[in-house]
Amino acid sequence: MKIDLQQVEEAAKQLYIRAVKLLPPDIKRGFAGLDASESDPTAKRILGTMIANIKVAEETDNLLCQDTGIPIYNVVIGRSVEVDGAGLKAAIREGCARATREHPLRSSVVHPVTRKNEHTSCGRGVPVIHFDFSDDAERLSIEMVPKGSGSENNSWLRMAIPAEGVDAIKTFVIDCVLAAGGKTCPPTIVGVGVGGTADLCVHLAKVAATRPLGSRCTDREGAKLEKALGQAVNTLGVGPQGLGGDSTAFAVHVETAATHITMNPVAVNMQCHSARRARATFSPQGIEYGY
Amino acid sequence: MAHHDFTMPVSEAQVRALRINDTVTLNGTLYGIRDATQIHMFDRGRKTRFDLNGHAVIHTAPNVRKIEKSPANPSGYASVCIGTTTSDRMERFTRPLMAQCGVRMIIGKGGLREDSSAAFGALGGVYLAIIGGTAALETTWVEAIEDVDLDDLNPESLWKFRVRGFGPLLVAMDSHGGSLYDTVNAAAQARRAAALASLGIK
Repeated sequence: MKIDLQQVEEAAKQLYIRAVKLLPPDIKRGFAGLDASESDPTAKRILGTMIANIKVAEETDNLLCQDTGIPIYNVVIGRSVEVDGAGLKAAIREGCARATREHPLRSSVVHPVTRKNEHTSCGRGVPVIHFDFSDDAERLSIEMVPKGSGSENNSWLRMAIPAEGVDAIKTFVIDCVLAAGGKTCPPTIVGVGVGGTADLCVHLAKVAATRPLGSRCTDREGAKLEKALGQAVNTLGVGPQGLGGDSTAFAVHVETAATHITMNPVAVNMQCHSARRARATFSPQGIEYGY
Repeated sequence: MAHHDFTMPVSEAQVRALRINDTVTLNGTLYGIRDATQIHMFDRGRKTRFDLNGHAVIHTAPNVRKIEKSPANPSGYASVCIGTTTSDRMERFTRPLMAQCGVRMIIGKGGLREDSSAAFGALGGVYLAIIGGTAALETTWVEAIEDVDLDDLNPESLWKFRVRGFGPLLVAMDSHGGSLYDTVNAAAQARRAAALASLGIK
């Protein structure tokens, strides 16, 4: 299957616009679940407003949140896909800039030193583009995640040591949720990276934070951790928007990687309640949009 | 837990009457302000031609569309999506906003800290919590972008919005030392040991 880069550019544009407007069904179900079990009246009112906002965004064809985020594109390339990789990167970048100019969307991206905004949502190294490969022969998928800054500003890495054991990981997650309070726009998906190198650990936390609700870590030890931590964080009472209540997090997601004999790294990255993502899948049948 | 409908601007007495858990709905003028706006105003000495005295500011940087200036769109901008951002980053600007510009209400999400609380007490101000991430809804409360200043900082310009039925917003920090964030954070910290114990940590 040969990939037409013009179609990639168009998809990269459409994906950004779709992502900021349409919340994935798993997140909507997550809201329904929290709303059903929330016992605090203020928290229940806040959840109700968040749920109403999802409907208003759909009805008015508007953005869910004003934060257009840092654009991230995750590309997965199947075995029989023929594509010019450098051209693919350029096409995604141009599609991202076109979404920003043509919709228009707020460009939330600036140079880190001069703070200059090019009003394209692009800059050095941004959009962030990740590549992976799959056995799924005739398929190329592009996932777009507009990562909001309220949650991204609350990101942590701790290079714990082996003698601190798994308790260091658990304690760190609880303390990060407490430190974040209402700043991350809870209820959140708490993404936890365990193991790897420092940079891989932080990347795993981001993968975990942006995984669909209801998915489980494929490592049994990670799955055990996410279940226990998910229950524990919702006993803290931080609540929606940090104003109290049971609904601090939709879930805790964990991703793991092997690490060094001397290392025990843990990272936390959170996704806010506007847990947006969109996906385009290219196949011989055409391009299909989803989540 | 009273509800207050305000047409802006407001007096010090009106603001001092507010208590945490009250709710407020705003009408008339609302100013939008952000990190860069305040860095330029208070660290780099830039002045605005707007009179913020007695007014409310919302921590925001909106999505806008450039359009032809007209009586309905006097600023040359139409709103696309207007919401809020995390207030905590702008903690150190609360006091100069109040002392130098006369601002009485700050709207945002996630709350502010001790110095803001002290400034609210000393100068007469409140923090109103709006729900972050619900901008589609909040945009329907904004009638027009009336004017804009410091627009070289776009989207972090100083925006002048005309709003109707902007709320209800929750009084989360008042001029009497009350802060819902302090209460919730203290309670959450008190539950830390039990949460760790539930994870098998002694």
